Amino acid sequence: MADLTTTFAGVRSPNPFWLASAPPSNSGSQVHRAFEAGWGGAVWKTIGPPVLNVSNRYGAWHYGGQRMLAINNVELISDRPLEVNLREITEVKRAWPDRAVIASVMVESKPEAWHEIVRRVEDTGADGMELNYGCPHGMSERGMGAAVGQDPGYCQEITSWVTAVAKIPVIVKLTPNITNIVVPARAAIAGGASALSLINTINSIAAVDLNTFELTPSIGGKGGHGGYAGPAVKPVALNMLAALGADSVVGKSGLPISGMGGITTWQDAAEFLLLGASSVQVCTAVMHYGFRIVEDLCDGLSNWMDEKGLATIGDVIGKSLPRVSDFKDFDLSYRAVARIDEAKCIKCNLCYVACNDTAHQCIDLIDSSGAAVVPYGYDVRSNGKDEAVSKRPQPRVREDDCVGCRLCYNVCPVEKCIAMVDAPSGRESVTWDELMQSNPELGEDWEAMKAYREKHGIHVH
Amino acid sequence: MDSKGLQETHPPLTAHEALVEANRCLYCFDAPCMHACPTHIDIPRFIKKIATENLRGSARTILEANLLGATCARVCPVQELCEGACVLGAEHKPIAIGRLQRHAMDSVNDRGRSMIPVAGPSGRQVAVVGAGPAGLSCAGELAKRGHAVTVFEKRDLAGGLSTYGIIGLREPVETSLGEVRMIEGLGVRVETNQALGRDFVLADLQGRFDAVFLSVGLGTTPEMTIPGEEFVLDGLAYIEDSKLNPGGMKIGRHVAVIGAGNTAIDCATVAVRLGAERVTMIYRRTAEEMTAYLHEYEFIKNEGVEFRFLTQPVRVLAPGGHVTGLDCVRMELGEADASGRRAPRMVPGSEFTIETDQVVKAVGQEKPWAALGLARAKGFISVNEEFETSLRGVFAGGDCIRARGTASTVMAVQDGKLAAAAIHQRITEGAN
Ligand SMILES: Cc1cc2nc3c(=O)[nH]c(=O)nc-3n(C[C@H](O)[C@H](O)[C@H](O)COP(=O)(O)OP(=O)(O)OC[C@H]3O[C@@H](n4cnc5c(N)ncnc54)[C@H](O)[C@@H]3O)c2cc1C
Ligand SMILES: Cc1cc2nc3c(=O)[nH]c(=O)nc-3n(C[C@H](O)[C@H](O)[C@H](O)COP(=O)(O)O)c2cc1C
Ligand code: SF4
Ligand code: SF4
Ligand code: SF4
Repeated sequence: MADLTTTFAGVRSPNPFWLASAPPSNSGSQVHRAFEAGWGGAVWKTIGPPVLNVSNRYGAWHYGGQRMLAINNVELISDRPLEVNLREITEVKRAWPDRAVIASVMVESKPEAWHEIVRRVEDTGADGMELNYGCPHGMSERGMGAAVGQDPGYCQEITSWVTAVAKIPVIVKLTPNITNIVVPARAAIAGGASALSLINTINSIAAVDLNTFELTPSIGGKGGHGGYAGPAVKPVALNMLAALGADSVVGKSGLPISGMGGITTWQDAAEFLLLGASSVQVCTAVMHYGFRIVEDLCDGLSNWMDEKGLATIGDVIGKSLPRVSDFKDFDLSYRAVARIDEAKCIKCNLCYVACNDTAHQCIDLIDSSGAAVVPYGYDVRSNGKDEAVSKRPQPRVREDDCVGCRLCYNVCPVEKCIAMVDAPSGRESVTWDELMQSNPELGEDWEAMKAYREKHGIHVH
Repeated sequence: MDSKGLQETHPPLTAHEALVEANRCLYCFDAPCMHACPTHIDIPRFIKKIATENLRGSARTILEANLLGATCARVCPVQELCEGACVLGAEHKPIAIGRLQRHAMDSVNDRGRSMIPVAGPSGRQVAVVGAGPAGLSCAGELAKRGHAVTVFEKRDLAGGLSTYGIIGLREPVETSLGEVRMIEGLGVRVETNQALGRDFVLADLQGRFDAVFLSVGLGTTPEMTIPGEEFVLDGLAYIEDSKLNPGGMKIGRHVAVIGAGNTAIDCATVAVRLGAERVTMIYRRTAEEMTAYLHEYEFIKNEGVEFRFLTQPVRVLAPGGHVTGLDCVRMELGEADASGRRAPRMVPGSEFTIETDQVVKAVGQEKPWAALGLARAKGFISVNEEFETSLRGVFAGGDCIRARGTASTVMAVQDGKLAAAAIHQRITEGAN
């Protein structure tokens, strides 16, 4: 059994799975039940100044019959009184000494306000605090949340107010609603943060109602942008996480990062760990399925680690970071082609139409005599399953023409039916960066490029 | 046996079920289901339209290829056709194409007519004889092209076997009549109680119309020539009563059905569902040689119907006109005959009696078209690739030409559609 124990900025938890600051961690009784289910930690729903919430505050993106591939919300920070939250945090921490209990906070941008909240949070016995610089709606209109996260100056200043007085670890939670995530991360580090977390939700409009022409959800006839989270945002979050790992300043700071954004399964979580997160947080998946999902998050992760010979969470963290690179450093001579496993293929022809209409026209439909045939070529008088199945041609890749773009691989509905197989180009390995140093004209002159391709046998059709 | 009645077995899909099922479809390109459908409906297209809640567009996609999509959705042997070819069949469950088709068609109901464009009048006239699926399909396709079509139908109601022959479990009469109304809405005239050979002859039509399409189907159940046959009920009439006159129908306590084809199964279903205590199917060969589909065989066994294979009826016992039993002999299979099926022969001295108070025969349909004077093959009307008979300008399609393979509604629809294209070609030749 792999050891899932996690230490994050000095805070220990029995596993790396924390509830993100959000509805699942809204109250003491909820967090209590989450801990009973096995969650390693909880970042309390953000506490701070008084607010009033609205109805219809959660929208969602459904696709192809799948519900809630993403949630979209205009919920504010906790609408329960500060006193109540602080008292419940105290009670929960006392009852669960081995779990990570983190208070998420957001107050007015004044040093006194921040000093006051730090003192009161520390009185609860919480293990740490997370500064919410990410809420993209409502709070930002009041100069808090994303209004801070989007301004590196503010971000650094407020962080330093907090770190000047805080005795417990301070995690700065970043907003993804920014062009370069590295900038606010560096600001937080300059402000003395002990750790980072990302991502908060992404600005979004969920949908428009085709009957009423209102936005969906409609809040008394109006709607607006809200924060986007859930499975659909995972690739965005992974990219931001990797960008921090690859940054020299953030990397050198050694600050731990708590990763989140779309984590639903242990596989998702493992990917965050591999790209440098040292704990992970979950919101939408819990809102969809409840606290019980933590069982498989732990079980699946542990079994996978055993299989891979990874004994501790520390062995997993950042293992894939060295693979993060840029286009300019990719090997241009690397070549792969698509190959169809005809025994697995169900002949849906989705690869064929994708390649033929939108890629490189290098999949043929081959009949039993080995000849390439045109689609819809059957006689209108023919019918019946026997004829339709037995006469159905087999899609086959013309590997010499295949540029290895991987589109067919992505559309194929059958597991492991199309493989991208290495097909050594025979060319010496070279990157774009190297090429620009040796042959700068290739980046400017199509004639030169043509000559280069001819010389190296690169055919693009 | 409890009598479950003859309401449609499959309830319609709910909107949610249809959406989930439609989303399961992979949207194959040049899909095999489409090839397998005799009318080649663009199945992935109509299913994806259900997924996008464009039901109007979905129904229209179906109607473009098959004017009788509502009937076909209910009666097609989909296991042998579209669903049998679905790429998801091998490892998962094939898409419920028939039920989705019904969902789309039912959503537009009688508004189907409004989505079919009709060309301006061409000035040409075509006569169609027989208002079954083949005739209605041909008439509708010709009307779409602007031709004036008159359909002559022998019976009171149009629709052919969809109205009179397909048990209510699969298709209610109303669905069939709704389709007739839709075809009439395209401008087609349907004249009922008009029989070819009784009320008019072929030459009358040839004089009045630019072309003729014969879609007269097949005839009644043939004679078995056994003593007491006058007390045996005709299977087709038995089914017809169950659809149009269920109240006046008398169902035996122990019903014996002779035959093991699709019609025989339907007769047994009627008997079981309308209250027979015991139903026995009697067939002179074995389960292997049955012409009913496997899914029909499974269905009827589940209904509790018994089978007597290798059994040949020889005499109906009906003292005083009341049926009391059916004398039979046991059979054994000999050498394979010309059609590859092993011919059954009697086992001497094996006679025995099956107790029964109602005997129904479903042993095929007659091919009564000799008097028309057209070239025929095995009793069926012969046509060329263009569905033209030996008489120029007289075309034919549907069951009356189906000399090979199993006849089905959807094939009749495709015949009508292809024949309409050929007729259109012929009657507009040389015209601008
Ligand atoms: C009991 C039974 C159950 C069946 N179940 C199914 C099923 O579940 N699924 C399926 O796909 N197929 C089924 N079939 C087959 C299907 O019904 C036929 O293949 C289809 O109806 C053929 O269409 P058609 O237009 O050629 O003939 P028909 O439907 O037979 O129509 C012929 C029409 O011509 C009329 N007519 C006949 N003679 C004359 C005349 N002299 N003058 C004017 N009109 C005339 C008839 O009254 C009739 O209306 C079944 C058949 C039977 C008998
Ligand atoms: C309804 C809702 C309310 C949220 N409220 C807060 C909050 O009060 N404070 C905060 O820091 N993040 C809040 N978040 C953001 C989540 O903590 C988390 O960063 C984000 O949802 C991404 O994770 P996920 O994809 O697992 O949901 C909220 C998210 C949702 C969906
Ligand atoms: S997409 Fe996959 S399953 Fe479908 S035809 Fe192509 S290789 Fe076969
Ligand atoms: S018409 Fe019949 S065979 Fe064709 S798609 Fe519809 S249900 Fe399937
Ligand atoms: S074969 Fe099946 S999955 Fe493919 S388009 Fe047809 S119904 Fe859909």
